[in-house]
Amino acid sequence: MQKLNHIEGIVVPLDRANVDTDAIIPKQFLKSIRRTGFGPNLFDEWRYLDHGEPGQDCSQRPLNPDFVLNQPRYQGGTILLARENFGCGSSREHAPWALLDYGFRVIIAPSFADIFYNNCFKNGILPVVLDEAVVDRLFDEVTANEGYRLAVDLEAQTITTPSGEVISFEVDDFRKHCLLNGLDDIGLTLQHVEDIRSYEQRRREQAPWLFTDLG
Amino acid sequence: MAGKTLYDKLWDDHVVRTEADGTALLYIDRHLVHEVTSPQAFEGLRLAGRKVWRPATVLATPDHNVPTTDRSQGISDPVSRLQVETLDANCRAFGITEFDMRDQRQGIVHVIGPEEGATLPGMTVVCGDSHTSTHGAFGALAFGIGTSEVEHVLATQCLIQKKSKNMLVSVDGRAGEGVTAKDIVLAIIGRIGTAGGTGHAIEFGGEAIRALSMEGRMSLCNMAIEAGARAGMVAVDDKTIDYVKGRPYAPSGELWEQAVASWRELHSDADAQFDRVVHIDAADIVPQVTWGTSPEMVTGIDGRVPDPAQEDDPVRREGMKQALAYMGLTPGTPITDIRPDKVFIGSCTNSRIEDLRAAAAVVEGRKVADNIRQALVVPGSGLVKRQAEEEGLDRIFIEAGFEWREPGCSMCLAMNADRLEPGERCASTSNRNFEGRQGQGGRTHLVSPAMAALAAVEGHFADIREV
Repeated sequence: MQKLNHIEGIVVPLDRANVDTDAIIPKQFLKSIRRTGFGPNLFDEWRYLDHGEPGQDCSQRPLNPDFVLNQPRYQGGTILLARENFGCGSSREHAPWALLDYGFRVIIAPSFADIFYNNCFKNGILPVVLDEAVVDRLFDEVTANEGYRLAVDLEAQTITTPSGEVISFEVDDFRKHCLLNGLDDIGLTLQHVEDIRSYEQRRREQAPWLFTDLG
Repeated sequence: MAGKTLYDKLWDDHVVRTEADGTALLYIDRHLVHEVTSPQAFEGLRLAGRKVWRPATVLATPDHNVPTTDRSQGISDPVSRLQVETLDANCRAFGITEFDMRDQRQGIVHVIGPEEGATLPGMTVVCGDSHTSTHGAFGALAFGIGTSEVEHVLATQCLIQKKSKNMLVSVDGRAGEGVTAKDIVLAIIGRIGTAGGTGHAIEFGGEAIRALSMEGRMSLCNMAIEAGARAGMVAVDDKTIDYVKGRPYAPSGELWEQAVASWRELHSDADAQFDRVVHIDAADIVPQVTWGTSPEMVTGIDGRVPDPAQEDDPVRREGMKQALAYMGLTPGTPITDIRPDKVFIGSCTNSRIEDLRAAAAVVEGRKVADNIRQALVVPGSGLVKRQAEEEGLDRIFIEAGFEWREPGCSMCLAMNADRLEPGERCASTSNRNFEGRQGQGGRTHLVSPAMAALAAVEGHFADIREV
């Protein structure tokens, strides 16, 4: 997993509530057996005017000029500003894979759906929850100022605006540690092999029916 | 000390260790796997040279991508075929039990787990699919996970988790005639919103929930995720135990007696404390129809399409406007004036035998209306299909003008060939009415199986209570 600490970049405002993972990456792209290459199909149905299918050359497709990702001022964005309940719906990890592949490393919203929120941390993306009033203000500032950038510091848990205002955010210690160091969860869990084995031994005595094999 | 909730008990039974910050390592008893969210996880294991910790706890089946028409020629779409073949190969390589596309037990993963007795009370059940909450109907802790977590469970039999908050949704009193589990859960989502359960595990209780069959409870818990809760659950009672008894993977003999004694404890204690409690009066719930592009955009069959102008919150108002524009609906239109082009009866929410019986009872002796271009029935598993055929339900559907298909996820998410064309409107028994969910530009109205069947024969939404 890619490490994340300081991210400074263009902010892209996506002004819709309840953006679901079907919208982030439509189902036809879920047929891939790889983790990469989803970026050109991020928000496919909003971003292009035609119907997308896997394996297309997206550079030849007609763009929807009204969609925020297609506006020149937001090109190269690395921070997505979103509304409440971002990432609701399906558990597909293809959603954070698509956001990451496009180049987003930070997503700011008043709230996130649980599974999506969790999936972000597994893929080097920082989801930041801020009060709705603060998010409203950031939307106003981004839309009013072309080239608007934010600086995110995970270690310090702060976001700094162009005017120098510093906004603090909360993040779980363990997730922060993993993201700062690019740690693989599985490697960490396997440090506790003995605990897992002793749990299994204890549990096998209490609930032996859970230890009969399928097949 | 206050008593424990059902969720507290399930959680405590599965904690392997807890870190100082409350992060826990949670043991997983059952892992269900399908073709879409697993290939990258198996690849990850291979790259790291890791094995599957307990292959005998994993049950796999392809469901999202499989064709629901004749399967004798395999899958024609090469991309879908590769994904399904990759699942077959991974299960062989890692020693995992798989019901492949030609196995009669194949079906939607959330239908076959309970059907086979692979889902048991008191278990932790996970799957790379958000509708894993379905299995909570058994008094199990069941939730959807991403692909990284699929890999984590395969490699370690555990997940790194933080405990959610406890929420009780109590549906008090008895539901009226024609009001199903689907209507109850849509009404709950309409009340608390699609983020209403975020950060919580929901226990569904109250007289109306106790009155539901196990299949009804599965439909209910299935959509907990549409209320934002990763896990939904119902306490164990006699219905739970009767349903599990005798299933292929259920314990038997002395183990059965021991298991049942333990399962009897799987309910919230009388003095348990919930972080949030919502009461809904079952008598207030009428058959539900969604009108928008989020499951919370729902109203009763006796209602009308709402007017965004009456919404005070600007973000919500804008969301309603976008939804109505997408859905091609005008504020104030009676729901009964909405005319679908297609009807879909299926999905992990509503494709079990009771769902098919309810729909068949409505269409028996009638014909699909002229304005309906296609009406599909997609059973949840090969065994549901066989049971329905033994009962003659397939004949009822076919004579009415429905297509009778092979099991799979089908038009719930349209990864296979079953989909809506742009602008088409569908009465669907599935769980999500998101933009493009059933096909780009497709317009979904979520309803119960009986309501979908009635819309098919009437040609417009109609009130099942008047039949």
